[in-house]
Amino acid sequence: MEKKSKSFYVLTAFFGLFILFLYGPTLTIGILSFQGPGGGLTFPMQGTSLNWFRELFQEQAVGDIWGSFRRSFALGLMVMVTTVVVSVMGGFAFRKRFAGSGILFYLIIASLVIPSILISLGVGLIFNQFGLKIHWATSGFGSQLTWTLPFGLLIMFAVFNRFDKSFEEAARDQGASPWQTVRYVVLPIIAPSLIGVGLFGFTLSYDEFARTLLTAGSYNTLPLEIFGMTTNVTTPVIYALGTMTTLFSLLIIGAFLLTVWILGKRRARFGSDAGKGV
Amino acid sequence: MLKNRHIQGWLQASPLTLILIGFLILPIITIVVVSFWQATEFSIIPAFTLENYEFLFGSPVTYKVFFATFKYAAITWALTLAIGFTVAYYLAFHIKNQTTQIALFLLCTIPFWTSNIIRMISWIPFLGRNGIANSMLQSWGVIDQPLEWLLYSDFSVILAFVHLYTLFMVVPIFNTMTRIDHSLIEAARDNGASGFQTLTHVILPLTKPGIMIGTIFVLTLVMGDFITVRFMSGSQKANVGRLISNDISLLQYPSAAATAVILLITVLIVIGILLRFVDIRKEL
Repeated sequence: MEKKSKSFYVLTAFFGLFILFLYGPTLTIGILSFQGPGGGLTFPMQGTSLNWFRELFQEQAVGDIWGSFRRSFALGLMVMVTTVVVSVMGGFAFRKRFAGSGILFYLIIASLVIPSILISLGVGLIFNQFGLKIHWATSGFGSQLTWTLPFGLLIMFAVFNRFDKSFEEAARDQGASPWQTVRYVVLPIIAPSLIGVGLFGFTLSYDEFARTLLTAGSYNTLPLEIFGMTTNVTTPVIYALGTMTTLFSLLIIGAFLLTVWILGKRRARFGSDAGKGV
Repeated sequence: MLKNRHIQGWLQASPLTLILIGFLILPIITIVVVSFWQATEFSIIPAFTLENYEFLFGSPVTYKVFFATFKYAAITWALTLAIGFTVAYYLAFHIKNQTTQIALFLLCTIPFWTSNIIRMISWIPFLGRNGIANSMLQSWGVIDQPLEWLLYSDFSVILAFVHLYTLFMVVPIFNTMTRIDHSLIEAARDNGASGFQTLTHVILPLTKPGIMIGTIFVLTLVMGDFITVRFMSGSQKANVGRLISNDISLLQYPSAAATAVILLITVLIVIGILLRFVDIRKEL
C-alpha cells in the first residue's frame, strides 16, 4: 500500500462536503418534520412531536395525498414493467444493425434531451384536439415512458456491448432453440441489469413532475400534489410528507439493490445452473 | 421471415418505435403546427399565421429570458463540471478498494432516484430569512442583517440546479475514468510527469467523452427547466421554460408552442455541436 498523499486528504474532505451538500438539506427537513405543534418551517424546534405526521394521516386534511400516492404507485409499476419489457426488446434489436437503426438511436437520444415541458404540452394538445380524455394512466403513462425508456435502453446497450456471445454459441451448439437460448442463457445472465432498469423505470416515474404536469388530467400524481401544496401549505406538514416520500423512495431503492446483491451471492454460491433449464 | 435481420430488428424495436412516434414525434409535430395557429381567450383556431413568432421576436422580454436561460446553463455547467470532475476523480483514482468504490458511488447516485421537488423544498429551512445559513452567519458575527438574496434569487436557483444535476456529471465522468488504462498513468509518472501534469495531459483528455455526455445532460436539463426556476426564485426570475408554462396557464397554446419550437431548435443546435465531440454509441 503506497502512502496516502496530501491530495488524498484534501479530496476526501471535498468528497465529504459534497455528500453533506447532497444529503444535508434532506436530513434537515427530516429533523424539522418532527417539529412541535407550535413550530414553524425553520429552526428552532418548538419541542418534538409526531403532530405533522398525524395530520398527514387525518382524512383530507391537506388534499388527496393518499389517493395521489396510490396513483403514483400504480403508475410507477406500469411504467416499470413497460420500461423493462420494451428496453429488453429494444436492446435485442440493437444487437444487430438494421436499416434505420441509426435514426432510431438518435430518436432515443432526442427523447432524453428534449425539454420535458414540450412533451407535456404536445401530448396535452394532441389529446385535446382529438377529444381524448387526459388521464394519468393514458397520456401521463405515455409521456413518462419518453423519459424512462432512454435510460432503460442505454443500460441495455451497455449490457449487450459487454455480453460474451460465446455463451449463446455454446447453447446453440448444444442444440438449444433460439427461444431456449434467450430464456435459459441470455435472460439469466442479464437479470441483475434488468433489476437496474426496473429501478430507473419505477423511481423516475414515481418522481416525475414536468412530463406529467399537463398530461395527468383531473387526478394528480404525488409530485403534482406535493407541488400544489408548496403554494398553499405553510406548516411543517409538507416536510412530514417530504420525509415520508423520501423514506419510501429509499425503501424502494434498498429493495432493488438488495435483490441485485442477493442474485449476485446466489450466482457466486451455485455457480452455473447447467442442466437445470431442461 | 425471421431470418431477415432488418425485419427482425424492427419487430423487436416495434414497441419502442410506436411509443416514440406516439409520445415524442407526434407531440413535436403538433407543437410545430399549433405554433402557427391563432388563439382567442377561450379556444385555439387552426390557421396559418406568423403572428406568434412575430410577437415572440418583437418582444424584448424574449431576448432577456433567453439570455437568462443561457446564463443559468453556463454557470450551472461550470460548477457541476468542476464538482463532478473532482468527485469522479477522487472515486476513480484515490479509492483503491472496489467495494468501497461502489458503495461511495451509490451514495452519490441515490438522490437521483428521489424526488426533485422534495430536494428543492428542503433548501427552504437553510436559505430563508430566519434560516440556518443566516442564523449561523449572524452568530459568527459575519453579518448583522439577514441576507435577503439567499432564497428567491439567482443564487438559490443556481444552487438548486447544482444540487440536482451534479450527479449527471459524476456518473459519466466516473464511467470513462474507470476505463482509463492504469499503465498510461504509470508511464506518465515514469517519464517524470508531476501529479498535476498527469491530470491535465493524460486523464483530462481521456475523460473528454464522459465530460461531453455530462455536459449534454446538464445543459438540456437546465435549458428545459421551468419548475426549479419558478420554485427557487419564488416566481421572481424567468427562463424560457417559465415563459412557456406561463402561456400554458393562460391557455395561450399557440404562443406557448412558438416559444417551445424556438427552445427546441436552440437545444438541438447545442446538442448537435456537442455530439461532434463524442460518439455516444461508442461510450456505452
